[in-house]
Amino acid sequence: MELVDGILKKDKRAAARLITLIEREDPTAIDALKKLYKYTGNSIVIGITGPPGAGKSSLVNELAKKMREKGKTVGIIAVDPTSPFTGGALLGDRIRMQELTLDPGIFIRSMASRGSLGGIAKATYDAVNVLDAFGMDYIIIETVGVGQTEIDIVKVADMVVVVLVPGLGDDVQAIKAGIMEIADIFAVNKSDREGADKLVTEIEMMLDLSQNELDLRPPIVKTVATSGIGIDELEAKISEHLSYIQYKGVLEQKRKEKTREKFMELIKFHISKIIFQEKGNIIENLLKDISNKVIDPYTAMEKLLQCILKGE
Amino acid sequence: MQCERTIRVLIAKPGLDGHDRGAKVIARALRDAGMEVIYTGLRQTPEQIVEAAIQEDVDVIGLSILSGAHNVLFPRIMELLKEKGIDDILVIGGGVIPHDDIPFLKKCGIAEVFTPGTPISQIIEFIKNNVKK
Amino acid sequence: MFDKESLERLEKEKVRWENSTVKKVIEKTPERYEKFYTGSNIEVNRLYTPLDVQEMDYMEDLGFPGEYPFTRGIQPTMYRGRLWTMRQYAGFGTAEESNKRYKYLLSQGQTGLSVAFDLPTQIGYDSDHPLAQGEVGKVGVAIDSLKDIETLFDGIPLDKVSTSMTINAPAAILLAMYIAVAEKQGVSSEKLSGTIQNDILKEYVARGTYIFPPEPSMRLITDIFEFCSKHVPKWNTISISGYHIREAGATAVQEVAFTLANGIAYVEAAIKAGLDVDEFAPRLSFFFNAHNDLFEEVAKFRAARRLWAKIMKERFKAKDPKSMMLRFHTQTAGSTLTAQQPDNNIVRVTIQALAAVLGGTQSLHTNSRDEALALPTEDSVRIALRTQQIIAYESGVTETIDPLAGSYYVEHLTNLIEQKAMEYIKKIDELGGAPKAIEKGYIQQEIQDSAYRYQQEIESGRRIVVGVNKFQIEEEPPKNLLKVDPEVERIQKEKLSKLKATRDNLAVKNALDELSKKALSNENLMPTIITCVKTYATLGEICDTLRRVFGEYKATVSF
Ligand code: B12
Ligand SMILES: Nc1nc2c(ncn2[C@@H]2O[C@H](COP(=O)(O)OP(=O)(O)OP(=O)(O)O)[C@@H](O)[C@H]2O)c(=O)[nH]1
Ligand SMILES: [Mg+2]
Repeated sequence: MELVDGILKKDKRAAARLITLIEREDPTAIDALKKLYKYTGNSIVIGITGPPGAGKSSLVNELAKKMREKGKTVGIIAVDPTSPFTGGALLGDRIRMQELTLDPGIFIRSMASRGSLGGIAKATYDAVNVLDAFGMDYIIIETVGVGQTEIDIVKVADMVVVVLVPGLGDDVQAIKAGIMEIADIFAVNKSDREGADKLVTEIEMMLDLSQNELDLRPPIVKTVATSGIGIDELEAKISEHLSYIQYKGVLEQKRKEKTREKFMELIKFHISKIIFQEKGNIIENLLKDISNKVIDPYTAMEKLLQCILKGE
Repeated sequence: MQCERTIRVLIAKPGLDGHDRGAKVIARALRDAGMEVIYTGLRQTPEQIVEAAIQEDVDVIGLSILSGAHNVLFPRIMELLKEKGIDDILVIGGGVIPHDDIPFLKKCGIAEVFTPGTPISQIIEFIKNNVKK
Repeated sequence: MFDKESLERLEKEKVRWENSTVKKVIEKTPERYEKFYTGSNIEVNRLYTPLDVQEMDYMEDLGFPGEYPFTRGIQPTMYRGRLWTMRQYAGFGTAEESNKRYKYLLSQGQTGLSVAFDLPTQIGYDSDHPLAQGEVGKVGVAIDSLKDIETLFDGIPLDKVSTSMTINAPAAILLAMYIAVAEKQGVSSEKLSGTIQNDILKEYVARGTYIFPPEPSMRLITDIFEFCSKHVPKWNTISISGYHIREAGATAVQEVAFTLANGIAYVEAAIKAGLDVDEFAPRLSFFFNAHNDLFEEVAKFRAARRLWAKIMKERFKAKDPKSMMLRFHTQTAGSTLTAQQPDNNIVRVTIQALAAVLGGTQSLHTNSRDEALALPTEDSVRIALRTQQIIAYESGVTETIDPLAGSYYVEHLTNLIEQKAMEYIKKIDELGGAPKAIEKGYIQQEIQDSAYRYQQEIESGRRIVVGVNKFQIEEEPPKNLLKVDPEVERIQKEKLSKLKATRDNLAVKNALDELSKKALSNENLMPTIITCVKTYATLGEICDTLRRVFGEYKATVSF
């Protein structure tokens, strides 16, 4: 298979094309992913999330530069929202990273959320595998600018950096409450602005109150993405966290859980797809009866189950 | 699942030209026509544009130049694409481009050149009818 | 201005008129649209009467020409004394070619020069920089060093003409070169008059030729303010520009609001740098656009004048009336000019130029009919210049001051534009001032939204552009367009390498090192930059030196 070979030979075009096929849910993508699977599991996946305009893209840019200085290769997937009205999207993250474009050790892909509401796209999961098999040392995922509920990033990343900025006003409470739990590291970006120290204190206080499941308290790093201040430290904290979770076996545990979750999802998806395909008529008829109060939904479900089990 | 597949477009500003009103209006209009649009920002080299197009695996590259550098920069971009063996991307251009220059640009591989006053609906139509993949 | 009783009567009569006379007609022939709008989407009523300006106080709101709040004009006699300066923006190719063009324009009765630079010059790259490929001399004259400036002004007496230079990020360097070349002509800096655009904030939002981040850029600007107040007293140290903001798609209200908000930022920066308001404010000048909607545009100029006067007096406590006067250059709206049936553009430009004159402009550039096709040919520039001359000498509009004052419609629009612009300025203040609002992308977003709406109106046909979406004809491709010789790039590069081989390179290096040091300090950079240009350090070398110290700006892009 050409694409698979290409990707294993570090051909960016092949990787780019496969990601497109994944986005299109093209069946050939699955074939390729099957072959690539054994080459995955080597990249460290870092999620960068936070409210719109927090400086996520700028930080990714700086972070990637830093990782390159250390000789590491970096794949970047930057997700932006799809318009629910037109299905179109303006993917603006790349603008902040254009200076990386020509670096052979970097691959940047902008991705539209295409209806997913969790802050990343459905295709993000498999796109990570593509870049993993491609051989990227790090994969950074920038989520769409999130509020409090879009936290699917935890399902794909090994660790999550939550980016906050001073002066967001009252919303910050709500936002923080939502994404608090998922942070392995906090970046207080735009710390050149007033209120950075106050925000750090606020986060500290929240951490005091919350019980982290790891005994590792998320560090808080002040950054200025536009001038590179604090990036060294952020990168150091990422490495530290990585060594920690590797050493403690947390990473392995996390990945196992993710694999399990992913497989469960696959099962659910395909089984329900088959059921809908094969028992569509029965389901529709039962639905009519439910609406007409001829039958209740619970009994209807039991009936359907019987049909399925009997293979009717 | 997607009945009509989503067209991905790179809107690029090569060279030092700062005229971005048209490029941005077009980016937005294409978005509203259901496309996924990546905008490069100003001051891009031909190399950057071609590489971005590869990584983003776009169906269309839309180049906008109003500063008169099109005769140098458009062909350079086409040359780079050719060097990399890329022939499945539709490349279109627009801006203040003298009528006399258009045949040359088309010969270099620019599929169409849109000059001031073109209705954007016409550009959308053209893209939909001519994407290659 | 009107007594209560007659207003009440008028109100009643107006209702009567609407319910009887108007209604009858509308029933038979409805109006063309349900609602009417100005070119900038302000709703327009059927009729304006004293009722629409009843709050107005003549002395407070209008006053007299040459006096606060300058609504009616900044000079007591306006065009009865002296006509506006007719200034056509020009330049392309090499300094030699542009020099010829300037001499031609001066011989045709133009009264001031306006220099267009090519993009590498405006962005601080020499002609041999890789990014300059294909751009050298294309849209303006290529300047690499003092040598080119010497050629550009050869035979033009700098104590007699006033020169406007559209240069922003490297404004300090071009001003330094101008001072240096004048010195060689034996003209001292005190005698020089002219303008540098020097308005970096609008580069970030609308024009795109930025180099350094906001902070060092603002410092360069205030350095120029200070230096000129002492050494080049007749120089307009900045031209705070709404022109480009409007061309990027803004409405008339946004043009006024964002320009004055930028103006406020410059004044604040200068005060913060320790200057006294009245020391620099009289040298601030402005640059606006003139669009097609005649009355709205006239109202816009009047509103801008009144608003700026109030801001300077009330917010900045200026004492010198000259600090409160909004002096401005105007250019007609290139973005309204069409590639289709280009001769129609002559008519559009006439209306726009008329608006500028009725609005009391101090100088004017009229665009050429080939605007949407290429840089203008000599023939089209002549027609554009003649358009101004016809307005000046034949139309009669110059013989009295602010002739549209007192029109209920125009006064109403003036009030409305001022009020809406003020609302924007408040909002920008809340965001922390123009630089912060720009950093957040707020101003860019507002402009882009307007630009998009404008385009949609054209697409839907609600906004009619003659020859483009109505009254189209089959046309032959345009002929005789101006073509810039691509050889310019080679010629410039040759000149450059020759220069580098013949100048005193040690002196260059020392001067640049000194600049590097000074850039890190708080000292005024102008004297050091003048030293640099005199050693024939190139524009690119000087900018690179500053880039290393200041860093480079990364745009905030919004759609
Ligand atoms: C608006 C404008 C400006 C604004 C730009 C604001 C902005 N942020 O964009 C301002 C005032 C800042 C400006 C400045 C300058 N300008 Co200017 N500007 C124009 C003007 C009047 C209109 C352009 C415009 O925005 N039109 C509206 C948009 C919607 O239309 P459009 O861009 O043409 O796009 C349409 C088509 O061209 C096409 N299209 C365009 N791009 C693309 C891309 C794709 C992919 C597709 C499919 C289609 C497409 O589709 C669009 C829809 O119909 C033109 C003249 C004209 N009337 O065209 C001069 C013009 C482009 N400018 C010119 C010049 C010289 C300059 C300067 C360089 C002057 C100088 N020496 O300093 C400066 C510097 C700018 C810079 N940094 O590069 C010249 C260029 C000459 C040339 N090419 O030979 C022109 C032609 C005027 C002239 N005749 O002299 N300008
Ligand atoms: N002052 C300051 N500005 C910053 C900093 N980091 C980013 N910015 C600016 O903030 C704006 C948004 O930055 P982005 O990196 O695009 O933010 P984002 O979080 O990726 O935005 P979305 O992807 O749209 O949600 C840009 O104008 C940046 O220049 C910082 O540390 N300090
Ligand atoms: Mg982003």
